[in-house]
Amino acid sequence: MAKIVIDGVTYDVNPDNNLLQECLSQGLDLPYFCWHPCMGSVGACRQCAVKQYRDADDKEGMLVMACMTPASEGSIISIEDEQAKSLRASVIESLMISHPHDCPVCEEGGECHLQDMTLMSGHNYRRYDKKKVTHNNQYLGPFINHEMNRCITCYRCVRYYDDYAGGTDLSAQASHHHVYFGRHEEGVLESEFSGNLVEVCPTGVFTDKAFSEHYTRKWDLQTAPSICTGCSVGCNITPGERYGTLRRVVNRYNSEVNGYFLCDRGRFGFEYVNNTDRLRDAVKQGGGSSEKLSTEQVATVIDEFKSASTIGFGSPRASNESNFALRCLVGEENFYAGYSDSEHEATQLIVQLAKDKAFNSPSIREIEKADAILILGEDVTNVAPRIALALRQSVRNKARELASASRIPQWQDAAVRELAQHERSPLSILSTYVSRLDDVASDKVIDTLPNLASMAFALANAISDKSPNSTSPADEYKGVIAKIAEQLQKAKRPLIIAGSTSGNLDLIKAAANIARGLNQQRSEPIDLCLLVPEVNSIGMGLLVNADNSLQAGLARLDGGSATRAIVLENDLFRRAPKTVVDNALTKAEKVLVLDQFSTATSDKADYLFPATAFSEHEATYINYEGRAQLSFQVHQCATGAMPSWRWFGEATDIESLINRCTNEAQGFDKLARLLPDKGSFIAGMKIPRQSHRYSGRTAMRANLSVHEPKQPQDDESVMSFSMEGISSQKDASLMASAWAPRWNSNQSISKFQDEVNGELKQAHPGSLLIERDIETSSYFEPSSNAESSENGLHVSLAYQIFGSDELSARSSSIQQRMTDPYIGLSPDDAEAKGFKHGDSVSLGATDSTAIVCIRTSIKPGSVVIYCGNSEINAAELPSQIEISLNEQAEVLRGIKGLIVSDLLEEEY
Amino acid sequence: MYNLIKDTLISQVVTLWQVMMHMFVKADTVEYPEEMPYMFPRWRGRIILSRDPDGEERCVACNLCAVACPVDCIALQKTEDEEGRWYPEFFRINFSRCIMCGFCEEACPTNAIQLTPDFEMAEYVRQDMVWEKEDLLISGTGKYHDYNFYRVAGKKIGGKDKGEALNEAVPVNVRSLLP
Repeated sequence: MAKIVIDGVTYDVNPDNNLLQECLSQGLDLPYFCWHPCMGSVGACRQCAVKQYRDADDKEGMLVMACMTPASEGSIISIEDEQAKSLRASVIESLMISHPHDCPVCEEGGECHLQDMTLMSGHNYRRYDKKKVTHNNQYLGPFINHEMNRCITCYRCVRYYDDYAGGTDLSAQASHHHVYFGRHEEGVLESEFSGNLVEVCPTGVFTDKAFSEHYTRKWDLQTAPSICTGCSVGCNITPGERYGTLRRVVNRYNSEVNGYFLCDRGRFGFEYVNNTDRLRDAVKQGGGSSEKLSTEQVATVIDEFKSASTIGFGSPRASNESNFALRCLVGEENFYAGYSDSEHEATQLIVQLAKDKAFNSPSIREIEKADAILILGEDVTNVAPRIALALRQSVRNKARELASASRIPQWQDAAVRELAQHERSPLSILSTYVSRLDDVASDKVIDTLPNLASMAFALANAISDKSPNSTSPADEYKGVIAKIAEQLQKAKRPLIIAGSTSGNLDLIKAAANIARGLNQQRSEPIDLCLLVPEVNSIGMGLLVNADNSLQAGLARLDGGSATRAIVLENDLFRRAPKTVVDNALTKAEKVLVLDQFSTATSDKADYLFPATAFSEHEATYINYEGRAQLSFQVHQCATGAMPSWRWFGEATDIESLINRCTNEAQGFDKLARLLPDKGSFIAGMKIPRQSHRYSGRTAMRANLSVHEPKQPQDDESVMSFSMEGISSQKDASLMASAWAPRWNSNQSISKFQDEVNGELKQAHPGSLLIERDIETSSYFEPSSNAESSENGLHVSLAYQIFGSDELSARSSSIQQRMTDPYIGLSPDDAEAKGFKHGDSVSLGATDSTAIVCIRTSIKPGSVVIYCGNSEINAAELPSQIEISLNEQAEVLRGIKGLIVSDLLEEEY
Repeated sequence: MYNLIKDTLISQVVTLWQVMMHMFVKADTVEYPEEMPYMFPRWRGRIILSRDPDGEERCVACNLCAVACPVDCIALQKTEDEEGRWYPEFFRINFSRCIMCGFCEEACPTNAIQLTPDFEMAEYVRQDMVWEKEDLLISGTGKYHDYNFYRVAGKKIGGKDKGEALNEAVPVNVRSLLP
């Protein structure tokens, strides 16, 4: 801690930071543009000028840029100094010379950092009367709008897109006052994190295109703290609703999880909530007709299912509460897993490893601290995208290390990058196809899954000879194994990533062996990040018994020992072979399905009840690290849909259900800690979901009736569906949206942090449920390798950020980026079989088709299959497959626009 | 006695005299509705949406009138034509709530929403006081004749490309090396 004096007041600050960051940490208002809490300083915009004095006797002082000046002990500065103020005013006046006078038609208006800073600096009238510089815009894909005239050349976009997120197709072009930020030619922005440009850009150059189609000002959105349901990371988001439809999703800061950034699946994948094909009423169906059920009839149906011969299938995309309520209804022994058997086995193993004291499940903030990373078989960018963004920061730890050795402050972004050049912390990737992280990888090995597993076991053996070896890997890999083993052993904070989406249990076991080997060489737990595909895979995995796999449940229906089935928010045809599901559901006397949409499974249902989507109910989800997080209801559901747990009649309100789950379900004993403390609210008042500027309340429904209805009441939650109430002063995680006086943009979040980049004030970032209480030193044995036959190609699965997730694939903007299912083949195999890029093929014995995509990196003898949005049933794929040409196959979207780096050159 | 007369009676007589003199003063009131009173142009009455000098809708659906409205009686939704021009998909004023304060007109950055000297808005059915865009939009420019927001703003719309707005240079060629 250092003491500095700002405008005559002494503050305790961190001398490792710069003055701007420390001023903001102290809650002072100092305008800035180019500095970003995650990206450090470059001193490009000159907006944060302050006066610095040599000592107490210095009355003159000199102007310095706060973001480029360390907050060193004894500094004396003034923000309010007249000269500093007038410099800031003239800087912003010159930045605004060519600003296009279009705030009314700008999507950023009302939450614009530039508007806020202009007001703060006092500039209001354009005195310069010469011509304004103008630019032509580019088409940048379905997510982002480009309006280059609004640019103030702060360089934040390229610093984020290229330097932080590793993009290659956005750059600064031209020079002097002609500087242009865009692509080399019009086209889709390739990065999976392009949506963050909307929030990174301090003005309206990059705006949310999907939001613009049904645009609403920030103050008119009804918002609440929510959790993204796109993958297992559980990023914190703020969805906004207006006129009954969900309008957009923006980032909500959580110091441990997503920080300031989201991926594009999370930001744009919510639109399915507004789809018109959502289920609306509880119906009884059969014989091609459906009949609407009344409330009493629904109760009778549920009573009908309360028998010992009813089994329930949970869902990894439903909340803990819905899964738990179903388990209460059918009984623990009748509650079966809602994901494929291989995933069930993997998830059970992951849960078991999460209890082991030797390991630590790293949060994203901890992942960013890793200085040697090994990824085993996971395509992180497409499975848990936000983690891929974090990994791009962890490879920079080498640069940070070099910088501290040269005594360069970490916030000197340009200097640190210049010093490090291409020096990176080691990131080794073992996978079946080239991933989007390869540009920062130090070593990459591409092979079939069994070969990768034996290599991973050899690596564990190289780290600790107590770890069992399997069939020895090919000689060519010996060198790289030794190299990776050395890197991991040398690292201060090694990180191993594996997971259930690779579909190979051995890779998880090998990852555990490697981490255990490292753990035995040092005292602290080793970061072992085990990924699962869906938002609540872990939550459902904790609720389901190890023996209750999906196919065990289906076998009970098939065998007749169970006659009724309840399927919770799940399409079982994605999870098990078609014939198995078909037989089981046909044999069942009665099937009740609850879902948001009709699916192949719901077509088989006798009763179909509509369930609410993520923004329409309060719920808890458990992410990959075992962190339970609470998501609030944002808006009311206009149709007859209800949260699944409410249909079951097991509880009347969410709070009692969470409390019951806490008491009854094993491993959930910390869940109730997520519930906000009602005693901390002022005068017991609720927290408003609508901002104090919310407009149109007496006109928005006036076309239906001029007599305004009472504001909808929320009897269960601590939030209200109106402007009534008082914003929580103590728990910043309960803010409807980030807003502070004079700070209308999302940058206002610094007002709610303990310090910049720190925790939110008095807020808890979720609660880690899984207790680490197992101490063991035993290593996993590799499973005996099935004999591989000579015929057929080795199958592994590929995923796509846009398309692999069931619900987000129903969003219209995501659909514009989706492709048909494809098979990735090596050029040699394609030539041998006579396939060309873009041909349609049939896959072995299954009746699915896919499109050939020739990728240079794929190992001859193996095939990578991307199943699309369940067009191919992954559960039906054998480990080895024959592929044949199929010219009649239907092509919907094709594979144009697929972003992979290793397409054959001629195919571009 | 004298003081009593001076303080009360004279005052009464003067008052009576002044009231009587008013019989010869021109009346301020008119025989409404047979005769219409003169309404000043800036009188705050019925709200209209005006068009720009080119005959296009002036409203760009920026929502500033709605947020300025103290009784929240304006609701609208932005939409966009194929060439990028913003306009309201619907624009609704609930006149049964409106207090004719004129804040919406002050907030409007495009001179679209204007208050007019028309006050005859009484209805027998309250629902009829809810006016939609079709009811509000007039075919003229209202009080402000010359202003056209899109001629000033740098956003490209149909019929006006980049660099064609007021005070704008032609768009930069980023491939050029010239200063």
